[in-house]
Formats: sequence, structure tokens, C-alpha cells
Amino acid sequence: MSVKYAETEPATGKSTYVGQGVDRRDGPAKTTGQARFAAEFPYPDLAYAALVHATIARGRITALDTTAARAVRGVIDVLTHENAPAMKPAPKMSVLDLSSIASGTSVNYLATDEVHWNGQPIAVVVAETPETARYAASLVRPSYQELPASVDFAAEEPNAVPEKGIPIMESGADKGDAHAALAAAPVSVDLRFSTPPYNHNAIEPHATTAVWDGDHLTLHEGAQNIPWLRKHLAQRFGVPETSVRILSPYVGGAFGGKSRAWAGTLLAALAARATGRAVRLALTRAGVYHTVGGRTPSAQRVALGADAAGRLTALIHTSVSRTARIGGMPEPITAASHHLYAAPNIHLAQNVVQLDLLPNTFMRAPGESIGTFAVESAMDELAWQLGMDPIELRMRNEPERGPVGGQRFTHRMLKEAYALGAERFGWSERDPRPGVMRDGRWLVGMGVATAFHPSMRMPAQVTVRLEADGTLVVRSGMHEMGMGTATVQAQIAADEMGVPLESVHVEYGDSDLPPGPGAIGSVQTASAAAGVIDACAKLKKSALALARRAPGSPLRGRKLEELQARDGGLHHARGSQTYAEILTAAGRDHLEAESKAGMLGFVARTVLERRRKVRAATGAQFCEVRVDPDTMEVRVSRWLGVFDVGTVINAKTAASQLRGGIVMGIGMALSEQTLIDGRDGRIVNPSLSEYHLPVHADVPHIDVHYLNEPDPTTPLGLLGIGEVGITGVAAAVANAVRHATGRRVLDLPITLDKLL
Amino acid sequence: MRPFAYVKAADVESAVQAAAEPGTKFLGGGTNLVDLMREGVEQPDTLVDVTGLPYDTVEELPGGGLRVGAMVRNSTLAADRRVRARYPVLSQALLSGASGQLRNMATVGGNLLQRTRCPYFYDIASACNKREPGSGCDALEGFNRGCAILGVSDHCIAAHPSDMCVALAALDAEVEVRGVSGTRRVPLAGLHRLPGDTPQVETALEAGDLITAVELPPVPVAARSRYRKVRDRASYAFALVSVAAALGVDDGTISEVRLALGGVAPKPWRAREAERLLTGGPADDAAFRRAAEAEFASATVRQGNAFKTTLAVSTIVATLRELNEGAAR
Amino acid sequence: MPEIRMKVNGSVASLEVEPWVSLLDALRERLGVTGPKKGCDQGACGACTVLADGVRINSCLALAVQYDGREITTIEGVSHPLQEAFIRHDGFQCGYCTPGQICSAIGMLAEHTAGMPSAVADSGPLTEAEVRERMSGNLCRCGAYNGIVDAIMEVSG
Ligand SMILES: Cc1cc2nc3c(=O)[nH]c(=O)nc-3n(C[C@H](O)[C@H](O)[C@H](O)COP(=O)(O)OP(=O)(O)OC[C@H]3O[C@@H](n4cnc5c(N)ncnc54)[C@H](O)[C@@H]3O)c2cc1C
Ligand code: SF4
Ligand code: FES
Ligand code: FES
Repeated sequence: MSVKYAETEPATGKSTYVGQGVDRRDGPAKTTGQARFAAEFPYPDLAYAALVHATIARGRITALDTTAARAVRGVIDVLTHENAPAMKPAPKMSVLDLSSIASGTSVNYLATDEVHWNGQPIAVVVAETPETARYAASLVRPSYQELPASVDFAAEEPNAVPEKGIPIMESGADKGDAHAALAAAPVSVDLRFSTPPYNHNAIEPHATTAVWDGDHLTLHEGAQNIPWLRKHLAQRFGVPETSVRILSPYVGGAFGGKSRAWAGTLLAALAARATGRAVRLALTRAGVYHTVGGRTPSAQRVALGADAAGRLTALIHTSVSRTARIGGMPEPITAASHHLYAAPNIHLAQNVVQLDLLPNTFMRAPGESIGTFAVESAMDELAWQLGMDPIELRMRNEPERGPVGGQRFTHRMLKEAYALGAERFGWSERDPRPGVMRDGRWLVGMGVATAFHPSMRMPAQVTVRLEADGTLVVRSGMHEMGMGTATVQAQIAADEMGVPLESVHVEYGDSDLPPGPGAIGSVQTASAAAGVIDACAKLKKSALALARRAPGSPLRGRKLEELQARDGGLHHARGSQTYAEILTAAGRDHLEAESKAGMLGFVARTVLERRRKVRAATGAQFCEVRVDPDTMEVRVSRWLGVFDVGTVINAKTAASQLRGGIVMGIGMALSEQTLIDGRDGRIVNPSLSEYHLPVHADVPHIDVHYLNEPDPTTPLGLLGIGEVGITGVAAAVANAVRHATGRRVLDLPITLDKLL
Repeated sequence: MRPFAYVKAADVESAVQAAAEPGTKFLGGGTNLVDLMREGVEQPDTLVDVTGLPYDTVEELPGGGLRVGAMVRNSTLAADRRVRARYPVLSQALLSGASGQLRNMATVGGNLLQRTRCPYFYDIASACNKREPGSGCDALEGFNRGCAILGVSDHCIAAHPSDMCVALAALDAEVEVRGVSGTRRVPLAGLHRLPGDTPQVETALEAGDLITAVELPPVPVAARSRYRKVRDRASYAFALVSVAAALGVDDGTISEVRLALGGVAPKPWRAREAERLLTGGPADDAAFRRAAEAEFASATVRQGNAFKTTLAVSTIVATLRELNEGAAR
Repeated sequence: MPEIRMKVNGSVASLEVEPWVSLLDALRERLGVTGPKKGCDQGACGACTVLADGVRINSCLALAVQYDGREITTIEGVSHPLQEAFIRHDGFQCGYCTPGQICSAIGMLAEHTAGMPSAVADSGPLTEAEVRERMSGNLCRCGAYNGIVDAIMEVSG
């Protein structure tokens, strides 16, 4: 990327739209049913596919009887490892090509008789109707030779081994002698936590509509990372990338679950190729559980030592996460602990076990969301031990520089966040004694925790194009899963070019567009913004060059620095021209500029930068719970979060993102868990009725505040919003429960049986 | 779903005749049956849609009881003013179940016969004696947090999922059944069966038996009644434990009490032992607790559901206390 | 194959469907009415909520044949102040649950007006707590609950 951002001054200019709570652009489409999702594109010869899933944890298929399935009227084909056309194997994961991360698993579906996990797809039925496909799938009869499998995380967790680090993620660290310091500390806590597996449960189950035209594949798919998916599909089907078109205008929720290529996508494309039909494969809800990875469970230890004044002397945070023999990446569970507290002695270590299960994958704030549960619960417990206010304890340990690496914080405002939050939440009304605050029969508790999520950027390519009628078209293959992508980038582009918001059109969600950033790691908005700003700068430059060439232009002889972009053109006190005028005068019907950025150097830059700086979105989470003293049901009654997410482009969509994270965090804290049977690795509750997402009645009004201070080192001062909201939430709930009941729950979710 | 034939019942006789054929099931709102058919748990050959039959009203019975047609929707019954005044526990139980949409679809007959939510019952890849007699019971050593602790057997520990039925049990409701050999009445307490060694046999009904109505006798004490449901989220979840209670107190002494429990047994559980201990005794927490504990003296718990005893006892105490305090006010 | 006739969003639709086709799939896959969404196919999310003669139901557990002769309204046939209120209050993010939320809210408001009690209150004005309880059959994983409740409160008040 060619633009440089001043380290001292935010790159925000005068803004008209940035900062406003503009309504979402896709609002009308989404509230009238016009927005089409991946399973909603009609094709005249459309056929429907359904998966057959293995019901053993590990073994070989000795026979696969498809006779009954084939006999059903309307069945077109049944694909198995015996007859399916071969796909190329999944590429090996490599940091030199991040698109290799797209492999959800290393399994080459329908290529061998091997079963690697309970739920693996072992056949695909293609039929004329969705009902026929699903019914026929239920008639496929596999026989297996079972092999021993290890599937029980709780049982295997003690055998974990240190994980191999991945350069772009944080893992272990050591400073001083944390164990000695812990032993010597006058006050300490040493706690073991566990978190269960979670699933994303986007309300849109993964669905693919795949159409081949010769060697050209068109794929409708809700995708979080179009470039990765496209490359992956090209590799698996042995066609050039340019032969794969991915259309993803709307994504019905993703949260990490749609950032990789999972079985359903590949098998839809395979089935379409094998049958010569347009094929739609909409996974059942259980199918999503069985084929799309979720969040790893974890076992964690946090030990803290402090002096009597509450200054930390030792911080130990170790974790075990789970991957699979066939893929998955360890979660950076201790990542936030690198940056939260100024302890002189720190030991962080991440361990991993590999099991015979569907691999884990990214889920909203992988690492930080469950890692902060442990470390922020432990801090709260330490505050109890010290008899100190938990906010005060945090403030006493607020670091000046990165506690492990000594890096500079690009800016850090946790003190301000807590101060504002405490005031707005009424923290001073909290009686510090446990179990004494009441509202009628309910026990009341208040808890806090710190939110932390690193801020990163990914390469993004963007073109901007001025039309002679003054329209500005922004094109980038970005993703819209509900973040308000188009709305926010339109606001930025309108400000950069000085044009009315209504005249900006944003095109996204299509692999034919210049590749956008993945919608992962909270990077999309900031990354795309960088591209938009860069491209707009170039566009203004070309517009000026064009103007200056025209005889009689009022802009002749002007330099860009002297001009303001506003009112649809370039302005100077002594003469202005609109873009439309410039284009007309030059006889042009459009003018285009492009921001290019390669993957080149991205990884190196991230790693290098991390040695020098810590850049992160942070926040202070405030939670009030009510606990029924008879049944120990816990209800969240109030929530307030104060966030430092840098510049807020759109207060409305940003608040929704943060609230969304908090709601998911409440589910994580109180009710969600994926139950995996330790006997056979089968998911026991693969449904929305037995996996308990928060419903309306579980969610109170959530009060969101921003500090709205631009980060001095990023374009527009953006830090990323998508994930920080969920971090700290489970700890804030657990801490509030501790306050209400005197009971510390170490194992999520905090169901009532753990309090009875 | 396995293909099946669909028949709209023209009248009760033909419905009963049709359903006497093996492989035939009645279809109410479909909210349980269609779900189970899609999962392959139920595989009927023919569905007889009974929602068009003329049993869709709530009528007065002489003496102050009510006769509820079996095709009355759950939401309609919950909203009925007479039900809300005479049997608030029933309205509350209905309103605590499922969701607004589902209650609009679900019928009284279907609610009575909805099947367990035991996760292994739902997953045809699992061993389940109820779904496939003799195949075993994966819940015994598996995830059984939602399973029952009273009235269970080594063959099945599934809990009955209905909220409505718990209230009906407390109210001594009677179920009117139309079978091939005529109409008969089955007390609610006798409708559902304990699993024993035949967990697949869930009710006292025979092939072709159509539920046509539920009759609620007059229960004056039920004017002060309450349904308390405890679950894993604030709404839209099945009960871990639920309590349907009605309490009459005279001068600090319990004159009459009705107590039924959900989430703890394979059938809506009338807590007769607790009722017996309470009646004539003092209306205080200690008495409530003693009675509740006695009811659970014979509970068979497992690792995953052992908490239900404690939870049920404290929920019973809390519910009776609330009714008692309401009476004192 | 049984033939059924329904009025869908004001126009009469006749179609032949096997008895095992759900109302949801009849709408989405046979009639191209894709506003109602499939989130679970098990009655557990509310994304498929439509109005049948004005009453909200989950179309995924409804067999199409049972709705012969009925009037079905999906989001495509809705024209209601709630739609704009949802936009103003940002009552959605990804938008997948939105058609169900809006149809459900319309049905819910009618139920409340008709005097239907809820688990929160037997009667009385529509409070936020009431809206939350009555709308709990509509899951939103994006967590847009606050905006949805605000939109409904504005329109109902
Ligand atoms: C997501 C979800 C959540 C739920 N939550 C709850 C809850 O919290 N509490 C609760 O109590 N319930 C809950 N339910 C279950 C719901 O209450 C039942 O599905 C409903 O009551 C069944 O009624 P129906 O008319 O739809 O029955 P159907 O599904 O049509 O039928 C159910 C059974 O009854 C038989 N049947 C129907 N009518 C008759 C008749 N007249 N005579 C004889 N047999 C008949 C059918 O053959 C079938 O076997 C939930 C359901 C879902 C899907
Ligand atoms: S408890 Fe009953 S329903 Fe559940 S698996 Fe065992 S036999 Fe089946
Ligand atoms: S799709 Fe019908 S309730 Fe989820
Ligand atoms: S807006 Fe995405 S699920 Fe509700």
C-alpha cells in the first residue's frame, strides 16, 4: 500500500459522513425480502443435493449400499468414494500463502473409504427436489470397520503438548520467573478454568448453489473470504482461478464459520460437475454442526501473584486447545494476556491436543474471547482476595508498555474507559460484599472485565470510478455479513471525494471485483478503508491532472494540497470545478483509480510490527446480573460497555456490531455449549432447540459508549469493531455472578446446576 | 421424510377407522410429528389430518368445569378468559411452552402426545430403546442433563417434555378418547405410562384412538394456582424442572394442595406423596421442603441430572411459598 | 400429487405438492417466494415465520397440504411501518432472521391487541419485557435484539 499514515496526526480530514449513524444501505432489501441469499438463486435445471454423514468416529467404510437410495423416484445420482470424480487434495497450510488456511479439513471428500470423524460426509445424493434428496440420503446404508479413536477432550487434555506457533498469531512467552514470584507472593490465586466447544450458529445454515459451464464454475455462497475460497476451489478442481466466480452479495451471518471451504461447498461443486446440473446444497442445521468446525474447548490455568497493594508480581496463563488430526489451528488463548497487565514475571504457554474430531475453526475473537474469560475472572478473584475494588486492581496494573515485549501502545485508553463506564453504570452503588444486593427476591451482582482484541490489517484492492454524471462507484470484493460494509465504505468514499453519500455506489461480494480483504479478524473495515482512501487520493490526483490540462480550467496551476474535495468536486477559494465539469470538459465519460496491495510482505509486516507496537481495540465491560435465590437461574439485567475502537465511522452499525458481540458473549457465559459424546465423538445437540443461543428474553438493553479517539497509526484512526465486543463478556458475567452469590464458577457455561 | 399418504379427516368415524390401520398417525399442528418425521424417527405411511374436525372450542361444563376440544390451539386455550380465571396454572403452563408461533399451531391433542426431547431419541444414529426397542439407551451413560429422575427404568430415563400436561395433571383432567369401539374417558394420570421395560409404549391409547377433548373438573383451589418453569434460558426452552401448584390455606393450615411436576419424570408427575404430607399441615417453608424432599426420596439420579433433586425441591418450595404469600396478601 | 390453492401475498397460487413438502419449501422452492428463511427446519429459530390468515406460524413445520385454501403472507407481501422502523433502529445485521422477525412482530402485535396473555403478563400494555418474551421465538445470532425491540416499541406505541 503506498499511502503512509502520519504517526502523530490522524489521517482524518474534514468529515461530513464519517461518524454519522447513517442507515444501512441494504435496509430496504433486507426488510422486504428482496435480499437473496446463497440458496435463493433460481436455475432452470436446478437439482438438490443432500449429504450422508458417517456415524462412527474413525474407521473405514467396508460397504456403502446405495441401492435403496437410487431406487427413489427423482434421484439423479448418488456420489460415493467409489464413483465420485476425484478432487485434488487440499493444499497444505503455509503462511506464505494464507489462502491455504481455507482448507477446513485436510480430508479429500469421497476420495477414500476413510472416516475421520463422526459426521464426516461419506456420500452425496442429488435429486430433483430437496425432499427427495434428503429422504434418499437417509436410505444410504454404510457398513464400517471401526478403528480406535480419541474424541474426549476432558480425558485427553492432560496429554496436551506445546503447540507450534503460527507467526501471525501470538502464543507463549516468558519474562522473569513467574513460578518463583507466584510462590513468593503474599496474595495469590491459582485457578483452573474450562470452556466448552461452541458453534457459530449463523441463522443462515451454509448453503451453496453451484453451476458449471464447461470448466467455468459459478458459485453462490455466503463467504467471508472470497479470494481464499476462489483459490481453494480452483486448486481442488484443477481449473484456473479466473474460471471460478463466487457471488456472495449477502451472507446470513458467519462469525468465522464461513471463512473457510467446508465439505458442503466442495461437494456441491463436485456434485454439479458430476451430474452436469446446477446443484444446490443447503446444509441442514445438524449438517452444519457435523461439517463446519466450531470453537475449540479449552482448559486453562491462570495464577496471579500480587503484593499487598495489589501490584501484580506474577502472571501465569496456560491453555490447552484442541485441533484435529485432520486439521484445525490452535487458538491463541493466552494472546490477550501478553498485553493486559504490568507484571514483572510472566509465563504464558499454549498447548494442544489432536483428536479424531471435526477440526476447530475461527469463531468470533478466537483466543481472546475464551482467554479473557479466564484471566479476567482470575483478576476479579484476586481483587476479592485483596479486598480491593476490581476496577482499582486493574488500574494499578495498567501497563505503560507491552508487559511482555516492551512494545509501545499505539494508544491505550482503558483507564478512560473504566472511568466513564463506572460513572455511567453507577459502579459506586455496588456494595462490595457478596450476596447482599437485592432487588425483591432476586440477588443482584455487578461485575466488570476488560475487553481486548488486536487490530490488524489485510491487503485490499479497491477501484473507484467517477462517472460523468457525478456518480462514484467503489468496487472491491468485500463481504457483507451484517457489518454494514457498503454503508461504511460509502461514507468514507463520500468524505474522501467530497461527494454526496447518495451518489456513491458500492459494489462488493463478487470475485470478479478487485479482491477485497477477508471479513476476518475484524480487519475488513479498516483494510478496505485504507484501499478506498488510497484509491480516492489517486482519483483526485487524476481528476486534477485532467482539469489542469483543460484550457480555462479554474484549477489550472493548482496543487492537490491546496484544494478541498467537497460539493462534488475540487475547491479552491479562487475557483472550483465539479468532477462532472472536469470530466465533461475533458470529454471523458469516466475516470478510474485503483489501490493495489499484494499479500506480499503482509505476514512479515505483521510480525515485525508486532515487535514494536501493540495496536488493539479495548473496552470495559460492565454487567449486572440477577440470580434467583431458589433456582439459581442467572439473568443479565443490565449491560454497559465503553469501547476504544478508534474512530467510529457509523455509530449505528458500530453499536450493533458491539452489541452483537456482547449478546454472543452472554450466550457463551450462560447457556451455550456443544455437547460431544465422549464415547463416539458424536455431537449430541446439533440443533437450535438444544444448543441454547440467547433469545430476546435473555438480552437486556445494552448501553454502548465509544471513546471515539482515532488511533494515530491507522487510516482514519480505525481499530476494528467486529470482535472486541465479545471479549471480556463471559468474565464480566462470571464476576457479577460471584458478586451476587459469592460463588466463583470456573467452568462455562454458568448453568444453574453449577450454583445450586 | 419418508413418503406417506395424506388424508384430511372428513369426520370422526372415518378418522378413527383410517387410523386403526397400522402405520397411520393423526396429524395435529404437526409441530412435533413433522419434526420427528423429518429426522426419520417417525415413519408413518399415512397421516390423517384431524385439525378440521369440529373439536376446536372450549365449552362450559355443568358445575363450572370446562371441556376443551382436542383441536383447540395452545394459544387459544391459554388466552381463554375462563381458563385464565379458573385455572391460571394451565394458561401459564401453555404460555411458558415453545414460542408464540408454535403455540398458534400446536393443538391440545398433539401437545398431550408430544414425544420426549431426549437427544439420543432424536438422533437415529444413537441407541435408544424408545425409538428402537432393544437397541440400548445411550442416555444412561451419556448426556442426561435433561432426563428424568422419578419413575425411570434401566431401559429409559427420558423426561416428558410437555408443560401443559403438568398443569393438567395437577387439575385432575380427564381425556376423552374416541376409539374403534366407541368413546371412553381416561384420567390424565392414566394416559401416560412409565417406561418399565417397554419405553416405546408411551400411553394407554390403542391404534385408532383419537383424542377428542380434555375435560377440566371444577377445581376451586386452582383459582390460586401457579406454573413455575425453570430452564436454561429465559424463554423458548424445555423445562429442566417445572412445578404446577395450587394451594388453599386456612388460618395457616393447608386445606388443599395440588402439586405436579415436569422435567423430572417420564410422564407429567403428580406429587401425591408431597400432597399427602402437606394437607392439613402448616403452610411454611419447612413443611414445603419436607414434603418436596419426601417426593424425591426414591429419585434415581445420574451424574448429569443429579442436580434436579435439589432444583426440584427448591422450586417446589419457592412456588408454594409464593402462592402462600399471595394468599396472605 | 395433491393440488392445493393458496393465496400468497394477495395472488392465488395453485400448485401440486407431495404431502411431505413443507409450507416453507413450497414457498421457497416451488413458488420462488424466498423471503421466509430456513434457519433450522425444526421450529427452533423463527426465521421461517409467515402469517397464515394473519396468524404467525413457523412454516417449516407446517405441511403445505394443510394450508390448502388459506391466505399466506410472507415478508414480500408485507407493507408495514415496522419495516422502516427496523432500518431506523438497526434491527438487523445480516438480515437473515429479519423477514421472520418482522412477520412475527406483526402477528405478535395483533395477538396483543386481541388480548392474548404472555408468560410475562396476563394483560396490560405492551412493555419491553413483554415484547422480549413474545418475540423469543425469533432468534437473531447477529444479536440485533435491542434494535428489534426498539423498532417494535416505536411502532406499537
Ligand atoms: C422448538 C420447539 C420448542 C418447544 N418447546 C416446548 C416447550 O417448551 N414446552 C412444551 O410443552 N412443548 C414444547 N414444544 C412442543 C410443542 O408443544 C408440541 O410440538 C405441540 O404441542 C404438539 O402439538 P401438535 O398439534 O403440533 O402435534 P402434532 O405434531 O401434530 O402431533 C403430535 C403427536 O400427537 C398425535 N396427535 C395429534 N393430535 C391427536 C389427537 N387429536 N388424537 C390422538 N393423537 C393425536 C400425533 O399423531 C403425534 O403423534 C416445542 C416444540 C418445538 C418444535
Ligand atoms: S432415555 Fe429413553 S429416549 Fe433417551 S436414549 Fe434412552 S431409551 Fe431413548
Ligand atoms: S426454519 Fe422454521 S423455525 Fe427455524
Ligand atoms: S440479523 Fe443476522 S440473524 Fe438476525
